[in-house]
Amino acid sequence: MQVVFEQVINGLTIGSFYALIALGYSMVYGVLKLINFAHGDFFTLGSYVGYTILVWVSGLTVVHFGLWGLIVIAMFVAALAVALTGLAVERVAYRPIYPTGRLPAVVSALGASIFIQNAIMVVWGPRFQAYPSKLIPNIKFVLGGVNITLLQILILLMSFILMAVLYVVIQKTTFGAAVRASALDRETASLMGINFKKVIFFIFFLGPALGAMAGVMVGMYYRQISFTMGWNYGLKAFTATILGGIGNLPGAMFGGLILGVLEMLGAAYISAAWKDVFVFLILILVLIFRPNGLFGERVAEKV
Amino acid sequence: MTDRFSFNKSPGASKAAVVAAILIFFIFPFFAGDYAIDTAFFFGIYALLGLSLNIVLGEVGLFDLGHAGFYAIGAYTTAILNTVYGLPVLALAPVSAMAAALFAYLVCSPIIHLRGDYLCIVTIGMGEIVRLALINNPFNITGGPNGVFGIDFPSLGGFLVIDSSIEYYFLIWGVVGVTIWGLVRLQNSKIGRAWNYIREDEAAAGAIGVDVRKYKLLAFVIGAGIAGVAGNIYASKLMVVSPESFSFWESCLLFCIVLIGGMGSIPGVLIGAAFISLFPEIFRPFAMYRMLVFGSVMILMMMFRPQGFWPRKRGRFSPGKALLKQEGEA
Repeated sequence: MQVVFEQVINGLTIGSFYALIALGYSMVYGVLKLINFAHGDFFTLGSYVGYTILVWVSGLTVVHFGLWGLIVIAMFVAALAVALTGLAVERVAYRPIYPTGRLPAVVSALGASIFIQNAIMVVWGPRFQAYPSKLIPNIKFVLGGVNITLLQILILLMSFILMAVLYVVIQKTTFGAAVRASALDRETASLMGINFKKVIFFIFFLGPALGAMAGVMVGMYYRQISFTMGWNYGLKAFTATILGGIGNLPGAMFGGLILGVLEMLGAAYISAAWKDVFVFLILILVLIFRPNGLFGERVAEKV
Repeated sequence: MTDRFSFNKSPGASKAAVVAAILIFFIFPFFAGDYAIDTAFFFGIYALLGLSLNIVLGEVGLFDLGHAGFYAIGAYTTAILNTVYGLPVLALAPVSAMAAALFAYLVCSPIIHLRGDYLCIVTIGMGEIVRLALINNPFNITGGPNGVFGIDFPSLGGFLVIDSSIEYYFLIWGVVGVTIWGLVRLQNSKIGRAWNYIREDEAAAGAIGVDVRKYKLLAFVIGAGIAGVAGNIYASKLMVVSPESFSFWESCLLFCIVLIGGMGSIPGVLIGAAFISLFPEIFRPFAMYRMLVFGSVMILMMMFRPQGFWPRKRGRFSPGKALLKQEGEA
């Protein structure tokens, strides 16, 4: 039983990465019906920006703000830098293209993804980079025989706070209502006086920012980052988005967490090498029986 | 004949252009070095793969981002049957096609009712499952991450052995030529019309009596079969197959070939394949910056030609913009 609990906690940790990335996919998809393939690379970029701050600027900032302050600054700067990149990518690669259709936008998104990935390679080099090792004291807590590290607790705490904040913003504020309305029916929403441009600004600011924070957390958790890792995480996060029901934000959060837990349980009880196969099989099975995802509502077919 | 290839207004000029292109294709390898011929060979492989995906994505409008999976099945079928059982490579071409087609039939049957992006993610999952399974080496036959090596050259009864660059060049382009001929026939058949009808309006097609499920599956089966043949030729050319060659990235490239060229357009696919396969070679001097250029060019192309480089023209009106607009609203 302890193994199960430990795997569930590990799964929730990586699941919260997937969930944070999935939120960006889901928001963009909900409003623009665009699969933003560059989103995984926003995540990587965040990871690298965080790495640079932690490694290069640490001497300076630790003196003034302490270790925790440094981590907070790294996450904040990474989020801001990547959010600005997200806005730039939207402006350059998506805005001129999405009025012409969904499929050209997919190619453009892939182009943006290739561009960002290779820009990262040019700037930081093609080799793996390693996050500093003694960032967070390696403290283990034992709760009823279940091991959990301080880092895991922090990651879970931070991601749940971020998700809760986003949930409140989307569900309870007027601005969130505007985003939801645009996702439901863009034209009618515009007729009701919703500024669609602001909505797009909002989603392309928040989505990449959340992805970047996940990137910094992944760096702290696994310590090793590479410029191609965005593909893998992006793919998993996109899977999580679909699992939860695309365009449905709480669905994306739960989809990510469920995916992480399934992956870890699969690794423990089936085989570590086959865990991804297991995840994709579950996804396919879910979609066969619930074609709109776990939490997706059935949409009537337009004729 | 000309409108089938969707050439522009003057059939005489375009016919001359085609004749010139074919002549260049025949003469070029006798004057070029091995490197250029090999590049042209991979252009041919991508053209064949693009044509195969074009059936699923271009003709029927199904988002298939796992096409490299079918390609992998074809390549591994050839590799394993040739290295373990010593069967001749050429005889394995139809076997590879059938293996890939059967795989497509079995895998796609339960998921064919999914729409748009849901089908897209399931095909991604399918492609990833194939790749991961090849890496994990089930029953010790796929060689794990290293793959299978030592695949024979194709030969016709031992007297014509295809082992030089130039012979491979003619082999692949011969197959591409036959495939194009078959696909043009298919486009103008009852099947082709049913496919296009499904793409334009699935509900209406179903209502008028088109067996939507059957035709969608048929597209996947034929597309996978052609991809399987491409896998067969690829395996014998490289003499080694490994899982890295069939990644999600490869599927994305194929997707781009069809969209850059123009959905459903055969000349468009050739142009898209040329772009994807020749561009990185031509821009090799840029070294590590070339993929930056590549990504930017993809964005620029979609900015200026969202309907593709050579969109298919249908009937008397040009569908390009109207079609895309409709799709954007849906």
